[in-house]
Amino acid sequence: MNENILTLTGVHTHIGAYHILHGVDLAVPRGKLTMLLGRNGAGKTTTLRTIMGLWRASQGVIHFNGNDITKLATPQIAQLNVAYVPENMGIFADLTVKENMLLAARWAKNAGQIDQARLQWIFTLFPAVEKFWNHPAGKLSGGQKQMLAVARAIVEPRELLIVDEPSKGLAPAIINNMIDAFAQLKQSGVSILLVEQNINLAKRLGDAVAVMDNGRIVHTGSMAELAQDEEMQHALLGLAI
Amino acid sequence: MNNNMTDFDWKPLALVPLLALIVAPFIGSGSTWLTLTVAGLAMGMIIFIIASGLTLVFGLMDVLNFGHGVFIALGAFVATSVLGSMADYTNSDSLVDNMLAVLPAMVIAMMVAGAVGLAFERFIVRPVYGNHLKQILITMGGMIIGEEMIKVIWGPLQIPLPLPQAMRGSIFIGDAAIEKYRLIAVVVGVAVFAVLWWVLARTKVGLLIRAGVQDREMVESLGYRIKRLFIGVFVVGSALAGLGGVMWGLYQQSVVPQMGAQVNVLIFIVIIIGGLGSTTGALIGALLVGLMANYTGFLVPKAALFSNIALMMAILLWRPQGVYALSK
Repeated sequence: MNENILTLTGVHTHIGAYHILHGVDLAVPRGKLTMLLGRNGAGKTTTLRTIMGLWRASQGVIHFNGNDITKLATPQIAQLNVAYVPENMGIFADLTVKENMLLAARWAKNAGQIDQARLQWIFTLFPAVEKFWNHPAGKLSGGQKQMLAVARAIVEPRELLIVDEPSKGLAPAIINNMIDAFAQLKQSGVSILLVEQNINLAKRLGDAVAVMDNGRIVHTGSMAELAQDEEMQHALLGLAI
Repeated sequence: MNNNMTDFDWKPLALVPLLALIVAPFIGSGSTWLTLTVAGLAMGMIIFIIASGLTLVFGLMDVLNFGHGVFIALGAFVATSVLGSMADYTNSDSLVDNMLAVLPAMVIAMMVAGAVGLAFERFIVRPVYGNHLKQILITMGGMIIGEEMIKVIWGPLQIPLPLPQAMRGSIFIGDAAIEKYRLIAVVVGVAVFAVLWWVLARTKVGLLIRAGVQDREMVESLGYRIKRLFIGVFVVGSALAGLGGVMWGLYQQSVVPQMGAQVNVLIFIVIIIGGLGSTTGALIGALLVGLMANYTGFLVPKAALFSNIALMMAILLWRPQGVYALSK
């Protein structure tokens, strides 16, 4: 089995007239949590959207489990057991929490057909999902919506979980809940690619790290190394962890 | 379509009885009011059948289909052919015999309109996804071509579409004369709404449609091919417009190739009032438009054309996104 579950090689992405990614080379190791860091506008979200096929790579190759997925449509990529939580969470506000979860359980025709053991595990990770099961998702708080977004992404077993800034705008207590949840997910063996601005979260969760700047990967290595090297943090991110 | 009744917004629904009650003193006669109200509800139900597909098409794929009217005309003209060939059944005094003619006419009209809708989506709509100006121009062009094709097949002149024998006439409630066909139209409209509600609220496909109307990119990210879903909705929407065309043609008792364009204005008013993408909103909008057209046609005939525009303006001043705006 390939050591890396996902690799990007020389990926360029254009959005209209704008050239956003300038040859991204990135490897996501299997079973690990990889942090994708970088300043605002570095190209992190574009990288995630390009992996999911929401924006097309104009050049370069993306491999998942050794297969070329560069030209696959978004639903085909998702069907390979890749889950994506976008920056805006992608919650269907007019649907209930239950309906949001049911949608993500692709083979279930009703809530009763969702894997109940897995659902109970999700409820222990995110109690708000169970508490507000029959409530419209639009009425949840920001933190509860984020929990629902991640819960929805893992309602079926996934090989790769791609999450864009899960801690954005959340209170510290909720971020701690989120950290616990990602730690448990990591233990369950799922590979995770996480874009994050919250350095504390990155430091506590990350196994590997890739830093982006101006549409390129400018650093890769272990998260622990970066956390200990203040000079490197200043050089790459403009701050100290 | 909200499953949680405690969270359901009842205010827009109250507008329908409110409008009926407000105009009652101006009409004066109770029997006239009842006749006009049933006529308005029947007209509203037919408009709802036509508009329900269009609002989902817009909500799901952000496609402005100004050619929707051609499916109305197509359905009505197919009905003239089917019912014309079944004169023995339509001239019978038995309602069962009449239904044996009308039901096949409806089914065939829906099938033809649905099949043409499939081709319309593939060759006219699909090349202009994401560009509203082109969508308006090319779908209007598609409607003009459709109208001309109808003229080629059925001729340019008005064709009578008489009601089957047992559906003619009225029943009386006190002094109020209620046309039988209008009651049938209300029943068909309620049945269509019930089926749509069930599909949208109780099935996985319905759940996908409701989710797609809100955020189609996320639906794709969950692994569903929303374009296939959209084609399905477009075909069903076209078929429902065909059914609406049969109902409208029988309501008017005649059909002309331009009838689609004439109804188009009303359906766009309806889906704007309802909130783009909302079928419940389309039902409320259609009932309001039907009632308003009948009340003003009786009270102030010269203002009849303007009245629905005024209604839309009033609703949008209250709720700028329509009565049931969807979260996008």
